[in-house]
Amino acid sequence: MPALVINGTLRSFDCDERTSLLDLLRNHAGLTGTKKGCDHGQCGACTVIVEGRRINSCLSLAVMHDGDEVTTIEGLGTATDLSPLQRAFVSHDAYQCGYCTPGQICSATAMIEEARMGWPSAVTDDVETSPELSDNEIRERMSGNLCRCAAYPNIVAAIRETAA
Amino acid sequence: MKAFTYARAGSTADAVAADAMKIAGGTNLLDLMKLEVEVPRRLVDINRLPLAAIEPAGGGLRIGAVVRNSDLAADIRVRRDYAVLSKALLAGASGQLRNKATTGGNLCQRTRCGYFTDTAMPCNKREPGSGCQAIGGFNRIHAILGASDACIATYPGDMAVAMSALDAVVEIEGTAGSRSVAVRDFHRLPGNTPERDNVLEADDLITAVTLPAPVPGRHAYRKVRDRSSYAFALVSIAAVVEMDAGRIASASLAFGGLAHKPWHDPAIAEILIGKAPSKALFDKAADVLLAGAQGQGANDFKIPLARRTLHAVLAELTGETA
Amino acid sequence: MTNTLTMDKPDVRNRLDAMAQGIIGAPLDRPEGPLKVVGTATYASEWQLPDMAYGVFARATVPAGKVASIDREAVLAMPGVLAIHDDPRMLVNPAQGGAGKKPLQDIREIHYFGQTVALVVAETFEQATAAAKALKVEYAAPDDASVFDPESSAATVEHGPDTQRVQTGDLDKAMADAAFSVDVTYTTAGHASAAMEPHASIASWQGDQLTLRGSLQMLNYNVAELADSLAVGQSQVRILSPYVGGGFGSKLGVGEDSVAAAIASRELGRPVRVDMSRQQVFETVMRRSETRQRLRLAARADGVLTGIGHECLVSNLPGEQYAEPVTQATEFLYGGENRMLSVDVARIVRLCAGSVRAPGEAVGMQALESAMDELAEKVGIDPVELRKRNIPAIDPSQGTPYSSNTLAKCLDAGAARFGWDQRQTQTCATREGEWWIGMGVASAARVHKLVEASARVTLASDGTVKVETDMTDIGTGTYAVLGQIAGEMLGTPIEKVSVCLGDSALPAGPGSGGSWGAASSGSAVFLACEQIRQALAKKFQGDEEALSLKDGIARLGEASAMVVDLVAGKPIVGEGTIKPGETSKATRQASYGAFFAEVAVNAYTGETRVRRMTGAFGIGRVLNEKTATSQCYGGMTWSIGSALTEELAFDLRDGHLVNHDLAEYHVPVNLDVPALEVVFVEERDPHASPIQAKGVGELGICGGAGAIANAIYNACGVRVRDFPMTLDKIIGGLPD
Repeated sequence: MPALVINGTLRSFDCDERTSLLDLLRNHAGLTGTKKGCDHGQCGACTVIVEGRRINSCLSLAVMHDGDEVTTIEGLGTATDLSPLQRAFVSHDAYQCGYCTPGQICSATAMIEEARMGWPSAVTDDVETSPELSDNEIRERMSGNLCRCAAYPNIVAAIRETAA
Repeated sequence: MKAFTYARAGSTADAVAADAMKIAGGTNLLDLMKLEVEVPRRLVDINRLPLAAIEPAGGGLRIGAVVRNSDLAADIRVRRDYAVLSKALLAGASGQLRNKATTGGNLCQRTRCGYFTDTAMPCNKREPGSGCQAIGGFNRIHAILGASDACIATYPGDMAVAMSALDAVVEIEGTAGSRSVAVRDFHRLPGNTPERDNVLEADDLITAVTLPAPVPGRHAYRKVRDRSSYAFALVSIAAVVEMDAGRIASASLAFGGLAHKPWHDPAIAEILIGKAPSKALFDKAADVLLAGAQGQGANDFKIPLARRTLHAVLAELTGETA
Repeated sequence: MTNTLTMDKPDVRNRLDAMAQGIIGAPLDRPEGPLKVVGTATYASEWQLPDMAYGVFARATVPAGKVASIDREAVLAMPGVLAIHDDPRMLVNPAQGGAGKKPLQDIREIHYFGQTVALVVAETFEQATAAAKALKVEYAAPDDASVFDPESSAATVEHGPDTQRVQTGDLDKAMADAAFSVDVTYTTAGHASAAMEPHASIASWQGDQLTLRGSLQMLNYNVAELADSLAVGQSQVRILSPYVGGGFGSKLGVGEDSVAAAIASRELGRPVRVDMSRQQVFETVMRRSETRQRLRLAARADGVLTGIGHECLVSNLPGEQYAEPVTQATEFLYGGENRMLSVDVARIVRLCAGSVRAPGEAVGMQALESAMDELAEKVGIDPVELRKRNIPAIDPSQGTPYSSNTLAKCLDAGAARFGWDQRQTQTCATREGEWWIGMGVASAARVHKLVEASARVTLASDGTVKVETDMTDIGTGTYAVLGQIAGEMLGTPIEKVSVCLGDSALPAGPGSGGSWGAASSGSAVFLACEQIRQALAKKFQGDEEALSLKDGIARLGEASAMVVDLVAGKPIVGEGTIKPGETSKATRQASYGAFFAEVAVNAYTGETRVRRMTGAFGIGRVLNEKTATSQCYGGMTWSIGSALTEELAFDLRDGHLVNHDLAEYHVPVNLDVPALEVVFVEERDPHASPIQAKGVGELGICGGAGAIANAIYNACGVRVRDFPMTLDKIIGGLPD
């Protein structure tokens, strides 16, 4: 019976030990903004922010998050009160079918913070330095979020504008 | 996924005594449990054990078993003194996965062999004695070194390859007490018992990995793969090379994607040390690396690829590109 | 009365250009965007119905034979398990696109490895998943040995559809007489659509009425397929697909999940949700066939083609009619009086082959365009110039004129934007550090098709406009472009236009497929709006074509009035239907374009990175510049995948798909995709549709991989004739 703080509200659930955090959100919490694309950590559609970190909610058991703070796409903004990144995704057409979009936005929201903390990436020439969030840095850091419609150039543009 | 019981470990001793499979980040274990490749009856969650620190130890660093890959890669001491490790970690998986995956768990990462992960296929690693279907099948990602008739799987990780080059040591807590095993000896070759990836016994718990004092030199982690990010290595090389007056003063190399374990052969460094870098010298090093290499068909290309990648890495670190 | 237009003659009026609102073509944001970015757009398996049960499929672990027995008792005894269904009406494959009738049924016969054999239903997803995995199935061996390899001599090879066969003149003689010729064989790997949303359905019955919430592209046809599969009347079936998480062909026809959910729900008397796992989507939904393509090009000394041969081998299951139409664009793209085009089909045991984004051209064009590059080098002229010299005056296969052909313009516009004049004609001419740099070009072409479509538009008494059709938006921008057409025609600001899609109870649209959606359903909306305009013009007792509507104000001659006053409390409903007609027979209709790519090939490892790519496209009228550009980005990215990373890997011993997940089937990631540039060449195609628009969704993948192949050759001198061009195919040929 895990209890989690989801988007600021403490909620407890009666679910199977096997229930992933993703299935808890979609099937038990009624929060279907978090998407299931592969269920194996291979696409990033299920990305949520747990204790400030972006993770794949499909590869985590709900019971492991008892007491954790979880932010889903629904917690970042509403249709009439979009977050700056959500707004940028709309204006840059940084999606097509929209299915990977919540994962992209949750991922990018946390990724921008990672960059602000000075984390390097695989395309950082000198890992001792804290790189600027160039387009290539954004691309590498967002490569855990597949977009089959391939809105990548617009996703990069939306993130670039928001992170600036 | 088959049903299991779940408990949180209150202490390291609890975790060892639990007669249960340990779960930390879960990024590989849950993946395999969903496929029913892993079917634990009991899980013990070690995430909240006090094993999440990176501390100075013996001139090097002691990395707790549940330190996340992302924290380890971002640690300024690691970035400064063990850049090869930071680079290897950053080359692996995705930002999301690195935020969950742990140091201990990553060492235990299991192979990506498509016959191992499909329970409809025979596989000696998953079901000893059932056969190896990868032999004669689609084996593009499989081993060219140290494979056996029973198994041609590769160890898929990046972190351990860098740790092998750095000669790190794994600290293990078991029912018979604690022990230390060099990363270079931690993973096994498949032989006739491919079901065992490494030297851990059933109740063992990895508690830490210790890095020795930093060595001088330039660091590189080169990962060659089928797309530019978020893919497993076809060939990877972790290397630390120091130059002195136009000669290679020291070198340490380990290789990923080639075998059932991170491949480390001290003879490769021996060839290089004390010599002036040249293509001919790099070729000799590659000859040592690939002396026993054996392709399986779809992965034959890894033999020239490993040679060429070694040339690239040594050229980069020694400045010898002529 | 519906305003029906059969496209029997070109519409040169360009009526949308004459409208006053000024929003057609504008790069407006998608109206549904805010819902997508906050996660409240509802996809198939996300509806929360009371008392819903969960269904999960069990898979065949043999490639052929029959199900001999299923151990039901053990699984029915598992916690929460409600039922095991192996109804013979359940599907083996999805319906092919536009079939409109049931596909192959009876899951008790095994047609390929991984096929679904039963649906296990339980109270929770976790219980159903474990139970489906636990289901023990015994199989009876097949009578005959199966063939899994299309290149095996044991494979039966049949001629593909006659409509794909072209034979004119004497190609052998043309080749013998040619000043320059190319005779090469290219191969391409199989592809998966890999839409981000896995296939899923929720079925619920109210008495004899089925409501199916699915992820489907063509509802009008899907209703027929589902009803036929279930043996119920079409009037008993309603399908809802307001949001579809990508399709790319994989959701054209009703699939295993929809039929099984409907059967299970009926028997259990409660809603049943069936989610396919990612692995099951890979293993049981359509694949694009691998291809082998022999290209023969015969040319005069000046590079003008005298002959063209494109003979192909694809594969499919025995009995399946679909054959990847590889030569579709070769029919009309370039001249040459001696022609030989054919597609043969090897009958093998693998999952069914069907439509994946741009069937035919997606793989045919990249091979043709690589061969053209080989010819350009032999002739010794610029590859852009070679293509321009070979643009025929009329369709060389049918003898009909082109409705419009922008290929030359696209080549010129793209070359200028890209900086093609910077290309080195010699290979291995540019090196940056470890990387060889090169540039390549390819033409793009994709057939245009108009499909019957209907729509209803309502001008409400408050001046708002509602567009209704069962058309879907699979990411293509349907919500945006249909609203823009209606707003333009009726002089309504876009904020006051709403678009309802994805409900089979609405007027039948063409479905999303074959790039026909926007032009076809857009024409239906256009015609419905014409009807409303006629009603408004009538109030002035004037001619509809003289009516000007802008921002809710109507003007006709000297008279003007508020539209709401003209409506006067009585909403005006317009209905429009477009039908293809004579123009599609009298003219060759296609979208054209040109790709320019710059690549870097690693001199050590053979890894290829696309550094930049420009696409210039002629798609008729651009309905929304922003969403059209996005479509092109998508297609160009698929070109990168097809060129470098995507390959279905089958085990040749049992036909099973080894890389059935997104870790090992490599769709391009963000870092694989550089800055992309899209240029639209101004075009109005009066034969294509009354809105002068053509298809755009697939064009970006039709040839782009050829540009990348040609750039690789230009960079490092390695000509790869086997797609994808993974590094193993490159390192052997790299210069020292």
